[in-house]
Amino acid sequence: MAEIRIDKLRHSYMANPQSEDDYALKRLSLTWQDGGAYALLGPSGCGKTTLLNLISGLLTPTEGTISFNGRDVSHASPEERNIAQVFQFPVIYDTMTVYDNLAFPLRNRGVPEDEIKTRVGEIAEMLELTRTLNNRASGLTADGKQKISLGRGLVRSDVNVIMFDEPLTVIDPHLKWQLRSKLKELHLRTKRTMIYVTHDQTEALTFADQVVVMNQGEVVQSGTPIELFEMPQHTFVGHFIGSPGMNVLPCEVRGGRAVFGGEAISVGNGEKATGKGRTEIGVRPEFISLANSGIAAEVIRVADAGRFRIVETRSHGHLVKLLVKEGEQVPTGQTFLAFDPEHTQIYEDGWMAGARR
Amino acid sequence: MALELIDIAKRVGSETHIHPTSLVLPEGSFNVLLGTTLAGKTTLMQIMAGIQKPTSGTIRFRGKDVTGLAVQQRNVSMVYQQFINYPNFSVYDNIASPLKVAGMDTAEIERRVMAAAELLRLKPMLKRKPSELSGGQQQRTAIARAIVKDSDLILLDEPLANLDYKLREELRDELPKLFAGRNAIVVYATTEPSEALLFGGNTATLHEGRITQFGPTSSTYRLPKDLLTAQVFSDPPINTTRVEKRGDKLHVFGSKVWPAGQVGSGLPDGVYTLGIRPHHVTPLPTDVTTGEIEGRVLVTELSGSESVIHLDVAGDTWVSQSHGIHPFEVGSHATLHVDVDRGLFFSPSSGERVS
Amino acid sequence: MNKVVNNRAWWLVLPVFAMVLFNALLPLMTVVNYSLQETFGNNEFFWSGAIWFEQLLHDDQFHASLLRQIIFTSIVLVIQIPLGLAIALCMPRSGPWVSVCLVLLALPLLVPWNVVGSMWNIMALPDIGLLGKAINSLGIPYNYTRQPISAWFTVVLMDVWHWTSLVVLLCYAGLVAIPDAYYQAAKVDGAKPWAVFRYIQLPKLKHVLTIAILLRFMDSFMIYTEVIVLTGGGPGSTTKFLSIDLVQKALGGFDLGPAAAFSIVYFLIILLVSWLFYTLMMRDEAK
Repeated sequence: MAEIRIDKLRHSYMANPQSEDDYALKRLSLTWQDGGAYALLGPSGCGKTTLLNLISGLLTPTEGTISFNGRDVSHASPEERNIAQVFQFPVIYDTMTVYDNLAFPLRNRGVPEDEIKTRVGEIAEMLELTRTLNNRASGLTADGKQKISLGRGLVRSDVNVIMFDEPLTVIDPHLKWQLRSKLKELHLRTKRTMIYVTHDQTEALTFADQVVVMNQGEVVQSGTPIELFEMPQHTFVGHFIGSPGMNVLPCEVRGGRAVFGGEAISVGNGEKATGKGRTEIGVRPEFISLANSGIAAEVIRVADAGRFRIVETRSHGHLVKLLVKEGEQVPTGQTFLAFDPEHTQIYEDGWMAGARR
Repeated sequence: MALELIDIAKRVGSETHIHPTSLVLPEGSFNVLLGTTLAGKTTLMQIMAGIQKPTSGTIRFRGKDVTGLAVQQRNVSMVYQQFINYPNFSVYDNIASPLKVAGMDTAEIERRVMAAAELLRLKPMLKRKPSELSGGQQQRTAIARAIVKDSDLILLDEPLANLDYKLREELRDELPKLFAGRNAIVVYATTEPSEALLFGGNTATLHEGRITQFGPTSSTYRLPKDLLTAQVFSDPPINTTRVEKRGDKLHVFGSKVWPAGQVGSGLPDGVYTLGIRPHHVTPLPTDVTTGEIEGRVLVTELSGSESVIHLDVAGDTWVSQSHGIHPFEVGSHATLHVDVDRGLFFSPSSGERVS
Repeated sequence: MNKVVNNRAWWLVLPVFAMVLFNALLPLMTVVNYSLQETFGNNEFFWSGAIWFEQLLHDDQFHASLLRQIIFTSIVLVIQIPLGLAIALCMPRSGPWVSVCLVLLALPLLVPWNVVGSMWNIMALPDIGLLGKAINSLGIPYNYTRQPISAWFTVVLMDVWHWTSLVVLLCYAGLVAIPDAYYQAAKVDGAKPWAVFRYIQLPKLKHVLTIAILLRFMDSFMIYTEVIVLTGGGPGSTTKFLSIDLVQKALGGFDLGPAAAFSIVYFLIILLVSWLFYTLMMRDEAK
């Protein structure tokens, strides 16, 4: 187990990168504590898989260093780094039994058979695979195979970090819930450092203590799920996290308040706003409520999501979405909206006013 | 009029893929087939399309028997989970392909392709090849090809499953708008209950080759006919427990007593299976909660806006999904609150809903 | 997978059926017909029952050439399959060298069979051939027209040169199809190259290897042209394989009946061995 330090890391898949655009990963520095649960979240092509492969040693960085516990491992092979990885599609050794699959990493490292037996037994118990230990691994369902992939990482006591590359892609929704909470539970039990790479905000937010949101090869924001949800530093984070994403509306800044459609709106960071550049209000659908007065809007569509409804309204020519709890009334036609001032922020050129990096 | 499946069944060898099923899909309707992998969604769709022949039963379209009619002779479009486009064609030619096959004149083709491209925001990339597009754009191209030819039946087989979360959300938002005002019957297969809910329209829940219920989405969700339907149509999985109703009380887990509430009071005394959806179990009491459960916290998942708490209650796992951040120590003892009035009562023998 | 049910499709395959009928079924039936009758020409036939088969099964010459054939095929398989696999494993997976390797490998497969025979015939000449001269100058007595060992050595070497490429190409296609994640997982699990081969590559190549072994078995069991051009079955009849024996019987002796019986037995051996092998290899799958 180890503290992972990433220092000014840069990577390009080209031999001679010329411009900034040639880099899949653009100068990145991060420190991850030993035993934490981390997530790398971003759309496809954002560089998250590149970063993962750099940490695991499947790629060698163009510039910068990666160190485990202060030891520079930037050029070390995956074996030397002692990492484990679970891939998008389950990777198992088809010809082996479940037991042999789990024992494989230990046998490769010359661990004595009786010790292997205890370790494999323990891990199988944790993963609820005990009953299938003597079965051929190829006969298992997708979630069973993913458990084996994970088990091969857990079985080793010397693993620095376990990495997950979108591990729930091929799993059905109802099993996703089980496997996801199982992962969380295993993290709490084993206290291994885990890094989870995904495009799925729900998976990232529920799994990790700290989520790194990436876009176009850069880290946009790194923080706890609550920070990312309540205080997105950039409109990208506001949009990418949350379902539906944050409403972003053009506004003017006057006297510490935002003016949208001629209406002055109280915001959380009004005194920090300079009013320069492209100014926008960001407010999540969760923090908008229907009111008797305030911002005029017209209800155009209501979608039922079960425990809440998504109400789409048009206000001063812009689409504004809000959530209404199950069982509450939704008016038709003209209505008014109220934004929760504490959770309404001004953004300047995409970045939250007062929080510019 | 409509697409009617009458006592359709499909057997392959000794295996039954689809049990006898009848289904009427009205013209201009949006229908969701909801079920897990291998529940029979794809088979059912292929039977509707004429790609597979049912072992027994008839299919009628606009009152005409089309059971034996091959897919080429029906006016059907399909979109698959994999992004299927002609790799050597430009986006324009891909969208135009079904019209060219139909022998439409060039001016009309252009008009239609442009309209479809406009709807799916593909105009800037009409000259590109599919390999130069992102996954979302590739799937938009496939969808454009499906809507361009005014098909009678448009089948979408988990079309968003291979897309990124956010792209999925975006397209999910656009799809119903795309089909609104068309005469086509749209059938959309998915494994995700949340997707079915957001689309509205009608939903058929499938379980092991059987349609357990078909009807307007929100009533299938809120008033499931039986426990199976409730289980298929719940994400996270619905909590269930055995309750004994005596007078105006429900006896739960041997020790807890809940008021029978609005729904329960009307039922005769006896044993029931009670289903409670995870969002009707909350960490804090509210003005609608009337029951309590106690147990050991297995794991808490906190997203930025919601908490999902997994609780071990006398050997059963209960899941609570609630708004706000409610950190619970793993392994600690916790009490959660249940909105019993929103509970669903099922007969323990037949599984049918009795409330 | 699901298939489109459309009866018109039968009409489209009709020409193929007709071809198969003319190419395989009719000749086969003719052979079966001959094998059960006696003829002296003039289109006169007499029923002879299983007599030709009995005769053949007690024929020492047949036994000898069958034994030779089995030994030859075994040697060829034992060399070509591991060698082909080894070469495929050594080939680059990407980059400009891939096409160079593929073209070089494909060359022997493109040479007509009789040309292969002539090439080796000239190359192995003990006095002027590149190969023959080289071996003799090493002090090893080598003359494929006189010594059986030299003849066998040359025939085997020729077949290896000619056909190993096919095994390489099949194995290479199989190797390239293995997803990267498997290699990455193996690295992460600390697997040594041997373990990667044993637990990933070999299991994933199982189908391809089955096909390769089947193809090589059938082809080598029926080898004719190259050997006829190179050694003519000699010296003596030390390289007289089944097909050579058959042709000599049929054309040389004009013993149509016995030759037909020979053909059928020959055909049945190949069919039986292929079927047995395939069933054994695939039996695991069903489990």
